[in-house]
Amino acid sequence: MYTQGLDQKGQSDKRDGLESAADRKAFQKRVDAEEKIEAKDWMPEAYRRTLIRQISQHAHSEIIGMQPEGNWLTRAPSLKRKAILLAKIQDEAGHGLYLYSAAETLGVSRDQMVGDLLSGKAKYSSIFNYPTLTWADIGAIGWLVDGAAIMNQIPLCRCSYGPYARAMVRICKEESFHQRQGFDILVELCKGTPEQKAMAQDALNRWWWPSLMMFGPSDAESKHSAQSMAWKIKRFSNDELRQKFIDVTVPQAEFLGLKVPDDECILDKQTGHYRHGEIDWQEFIEVLKGNGPCNKQRMEKRRNAHEDGRWVREAARAYAEKRAAKAA
Amino acid sequence: MTDKEWPLYEVFIRSKSGLSHRHAGSIHAADDQMALDAARDTYTRRSEGVSIWVVRSSQIVASDPADTAAFFEPAEDKIYRHPTFYEVPDGVENL
Repeated sequence: MYTQGLDQKGQSDKRDGLESAADRKAFQKRVDAEEKIEAKDWMPEAYRRTLIRQISQHAHSEIIGMQPEGNWLTRAPSLKRKAILLAKIQDEAGHGLYLYSAAETLGVSRDQMVGDLLSGKAKYSSIFNYPTLTWADIGAIGWLVDGAAIMNQIPLCRCSYGPYARAMVRICKEESFHQRQGFDILVELCKGTPEQKAMAQDALNRWWWPSLMMFGPSDAESKHSAQSMAWKIKRFSNDELRQKFIDVTVPQAEFLGLKVPDDECILDKQTGHYRHGEIDWQEFIEVLKGNGPCNKQRMEKRRNAHEDGRWVREAARAYAEKRAAKAA
Repeated sequence: MTDKEWPLYEVFIRSKSGLSHRHAGSIHAADDQMALDAARDTYTRRSEGVSIWVVRSSQIVASDPADTAAFFEPAEDKIYRHPTFYEVPDGVENL
């Protein structure tokens, strides 16, 4: 899930100047013809860099995204819910791995990407810096966060870069389970006691706006969208996808008997779309800068997990080397 | 990052008997057995396979996309290899 097109500095590179206009033109022609670009094909360096950044951010988001949900694993309300949540979190790890492997085909190493995440150089989706305070938050994440992710990801299945597109096909198939299990949690809570329903409403109140921010800055602010569109990495603009998400999600909230926390959210009969109030982009910028409610906690946990696993990685390697030496 | 990276393996999965193995993606693993286990956990969580091959990525020999045109050129001008090259006379059936 979760590509916001963050961290877009350093767009140009010395190597860009060495590319011939003819090569770039031939490349664009292939893209325009909807041909897929494969790992070893010639591609502009800027295309390669854009993809490495986008795919690795996407992978990091999957990996960090396990934390907010992991928070409720030991406190899931039933064995069934616990087993489901465990399977979902395992999927997130799997998605991270598919994506890292897709990014590696572009010539970046796994170690480099993991190093960039741990050092704070690489970004991950802003959404995972919000806390999961109640069990209803697990429902809201599945319904809203994974719902927003699906909106974003379905067009990525047709992305011009083959390995990324193929990873996304696999991910989208699994993401649908994530969204439904989240909605199912909320259906149950909304059928429950007034306290349970209030808990669901509170989760919606807190997750609604951050979910809308997942689509990234508005089109007017999104500087690199045009190039990504021309390269067919991106198929729809941030605002288009956000609108689509709102249009499908508001009726679902109504089904639950919940209200999205936006007084301006009413159906515009002329356009057939729901309107929405102003998004607090300052909050978005702050969260990206590292000042969200949980940024520090998430990074610390990830770094500790990496350090705690070091002896396992070393032991497995030593064992493999010893066995290889014996066999030789 | 002081760890030395585990080797990369390419993963191929047969989704059911009767079909050939198909490339699914790649994983890192310290050795062959770990590669198989990790490939199973990563790529077949929903019974997507009945058989897995893993092979060290460094062991794969691949054609160079830059040479695609020249490399596959010998097949280009042999249209007589396709049945549609031949005109079937009117009235002839089952050919």
